[in-house]
Amino acid sequence: MPALRPVTLDEIESIAIGAWILGTGGGGSPYLALLNLRQLYADGKMVSLMDPADLADDDRVAIVSNMGAPLVGQERLTDPANIARAVTMMEEVIGRRFHAIMSLEIGGGNSLQPFMAAALLDRPVVDGDCMGRAFPEAQMTSFAIHDLPMYPLTLIDVRDNAVIVARAASWKWMERLSRTACVAVGSVASTCKAPRTGREVKECGILYSTTKAMRIGHTVREARCDHRDPIMAVVEAEGGLVIFRGKVVDVNRRTTEGFLRGTASLEGVDADRGSSFSLAFQNEFAVGWRDGVPRVMTPDLICVMDTVSGDAIGTEVLRYGQRATVIALPAPPILTTPKGIEHVGPRAFGYDLEFRSVFTSPSPARQ
Amino acid sequence: MRRIGIDVGGTNTDAVLLEGNRVAHAVKTPTTADVTTGIERALGRLVDTSGVDRRAIDAVMIGTTHFTNAVVQRRDLTPIAAVRIGLPASASLPPFVDWPSDLAALVRGEVFMLEGGHEYDGRPIVPFDTEGMRRVARRMRERGLRAAAVASVFSPLDPSCEQRAAHILRQECPDVSVTLSHHLGRIGLLERENATLLNAALVDLARRTTRAFEDALAKSGITAGLYITQNDGTVLGADMALRFPVYNFASGPTNSMRGAAFLSRLDEAMVVDVGGTSSDIGALRHGFPREANNVVEIGGVRTLFRMPDLLSLALGGGTLVTPEPLTIGPVSVGYRLTERARVFGGDDLTVTDIAVAAGLIDLGDRARVATLPAALVNAAVAKMHAMIEEGVDRMKTDAAEVPLVAVGGGSFLVPARLTGIAKVVHVPHQAVANAVGAAIAQVSGEADQIFQNLSREEAIAEARRLAEERAIDAGADPATLKVVEIEDLPLAYLPGNSLRTRVRVVGDIRSVAAPPTR
Repeated sequence: MPALRPVTLDEIESIAIGAWILGTGGGGSPYLALLNLRQLYADGKMVSLMDPADLADDDRVAIVSNMGAPLVGQERLTDPANIARAVTMMEEVIGRRFHAIMSLEIGGGNSLQPFMAAALLDRPVVDGDCMGRAFPEAQMTSFAIHDLPMYPLTLIDVRDNAVIVARAASWKWMERLSRTACVAVGSVASTCKAPRTGREVKECGILYSTTKAMRIGHTVREARCDHRDPIMAVVEAEGGLVIFRGKVVDVNRRTTEGFLRGTASLEGVDADRGSSFSLAFQNEFAVGWRDGVPRVMTPDLICVMDTVSGDAIGTEVLRYGQRATVIALPAPPILTTPKGIEHVGPRAFGYDLEFRSVFTSPSPARQ
Repeated sequence: MRRIGIDVGGTNTDAVLLEGNRVAHAVKTPTTADVTTGIERALGRLVDTSGVDRRAIDAVMIGTTHFTNAVVQRRDLTPIAAVRIGLPASASLPPFVDWPSDLAALVRGEVFMLEGGHEYDGRPIVPFDTEGMRRVARRMRERGLRAAAVASVFSPLDPSCEQRAAHILRQECPDVSVTLSHHLGRIGLLERENATLLNAALVDLARRTTRAFEDALAKSGITAGLYITQNDGTVLGADMALRFPVYNFASGPTNSMRGAAFLSRLDEAMVVDVGGTSSDIGALRHGFPREANNVVEIGGVRTLFRMPDLLSLALGGGTLVTPEPLTIGPVSVGYRLTERARVFGGDDLTVTDIAVAAGLIDLGDRARVATLPAALVNAAVAKMHAMIEEGVDRMKTDAAEVPLVAVGGGSFLVPARLTGIAKVVHVPHQAVANAVGAAIAQVSGEADQIFQNLSREEAIAEARRLAEERAIDAGADPATLKVVEIEDLPLAYLPGNSLRTRVRVVGDIRSVAAPPTR
């Protein structure tokens, strides 16, 4: 049995910071999950991280996420007992014990959901996820890109309501069916997605993203401690690019088809003075235009950071007057393959643009 | 129209008499430990020097940092019963979960969690546990707990669980003071509940302090209504204010910015308030301070208060200057400036000494700083100017050049020219801008809730109607109401065009705006 790596509470604090950045504007703040983990650790719990390479091919891995509207989460909060129940219920459905638990998305609050389940169920957390960031829909995962089965799914609410989606005709159908159940129980629910084998995780997962979030969080905290600019520290450490520095001059949000869509406009400061930048989002930031020319687009990670504090800014809290720095971080390679681009490229979000990574087409102005 | 504005600060109690739109008189007296005596003295001197008829005063507005200080210094807090209504949701994160442990230990009398609360769309999560609520009330009686904080899930959308809890408390223990979370706030259970807990813990102190204010007024022979200024540059009547002490946590800096707007007649400007120990920099929008974006921490507790967005620099008149290598601050001699600064006969080199040596202001004995090397004085002035310039630039959100209003006792530190600033405006009575800000405070009303199946325009109109209703309830003159903020946020994943809409309106106080009735 390969060694598991115990994760300290301090490292979980780092994951929360890094995951909020990897949320690319969406995914919800990890704060409430972090509070739960502080309590679980105070009660003597400790979670271990598992290297995905140590999974046996036929091990079963639970893929968990909290589903719903972040704003509802701010009232209903989040409870480790629920995500744990979604996992045990799935074990009953498939008649097998999960060897480990993994996050659906490392961006935002879902980065810490597997830790809450793992603390209660005494299983390790797999170092990885299937988005490498946050995305709004079920078919936007590396497992969907690899055409793995999308069912069954268990969905739990706080009142002892439980739903099993036994089959779905496609990933999009799974999104539609589970979303309907989620809305019925108050737009927040704990879910265990289609179980994966160890082999599927190793071949189709986005590996080592948990430690990546931890590393990014650590970089931010270290920079703050040394009074260095945390944004530049992240950009340098992760091979990212500073795309634009400016002030938010307009935010236009609207709900269409159940999502938060909109645009934010920035006016440049410092070296970007005289230029403007426009960001489009569907829960997460999708495309950025500099002076009307597409500059950065999904699946490259578009992160908007508070220029002063270095904290990530979510699309829901983006506000007029904020001083913000737009940075880009490289996407996991699977997302930029032709099949990946079909699922998560600009056209998947309704933008008629050919995907061009900002990392292969740096702006001449910046060279 | 005659109003008195009073600012009870840590060092000074300032009072101004406003006649119409003119500052008629201003006085500065030391703050006293009991607060009352200081206010009495300030009022006495103001009335005596101005010769105003005490009965001709329409309103007295007091701003104070008393309640913030109680939380920050962990004193005068009442142990409370914390009642959370929302089980089976929210179970794992009980009240006080993210409080600093020393503060929680002082305030946490007992925690109760009950079934109830609502969904975002108004459906109950589960029925409210009224029997459980009666047990809470009986337990409070046994324990002798005198204040309760009640927070129910989604109460800003449906307050009925909190109202029923309050009703039961009134029946079972009528002497208990009750704070309900939906009176305090916005979506975000933990932050709203935190505000509720803090408020409940401060209600006793608020009652005592408000009585002290009323006593001071009565002893001064002033019969006008008493108002307490709030974080957002508006006032509450004393009877309301004593129910909601958390609302005036940041009233000090807000009043100075509002005062700056009034004295300069500028509605859109940057403001720097240079005091004895620090400089606060903020931005005026529509004559009000721009609010902070994020969660605001008070004494280590996360809240969603409406707070002005401020940048505080450790630079004031009493800030210490070290020559080799040249450093300015962060330590200040504070209120002991007049004994410790060199120009006042002391041994400490302060920013004020540098300013006198540089000829920026004439204070104390100039000869005592004549020997300071010119290079040191010039370098120190350049450094102070750079600190202010950088701070102002950080807070500026408009690319266009805007004016900068300099107020506070140390405003002579502000350079005449700054990058991105059209002009630096100095105003008369700048040293008592806080009290002026208190004197001109208005009444506000706010609505912040989720609307479904309404167009954006309809939702904003409905929120505006609610906000106006609340402002009028709070004492505003309907004829003077104006909208100062509109914010709308469609909710991700929610069906039916769900829109969270926030509208805030302000207006003049009715009793003041209307001609005196006698």
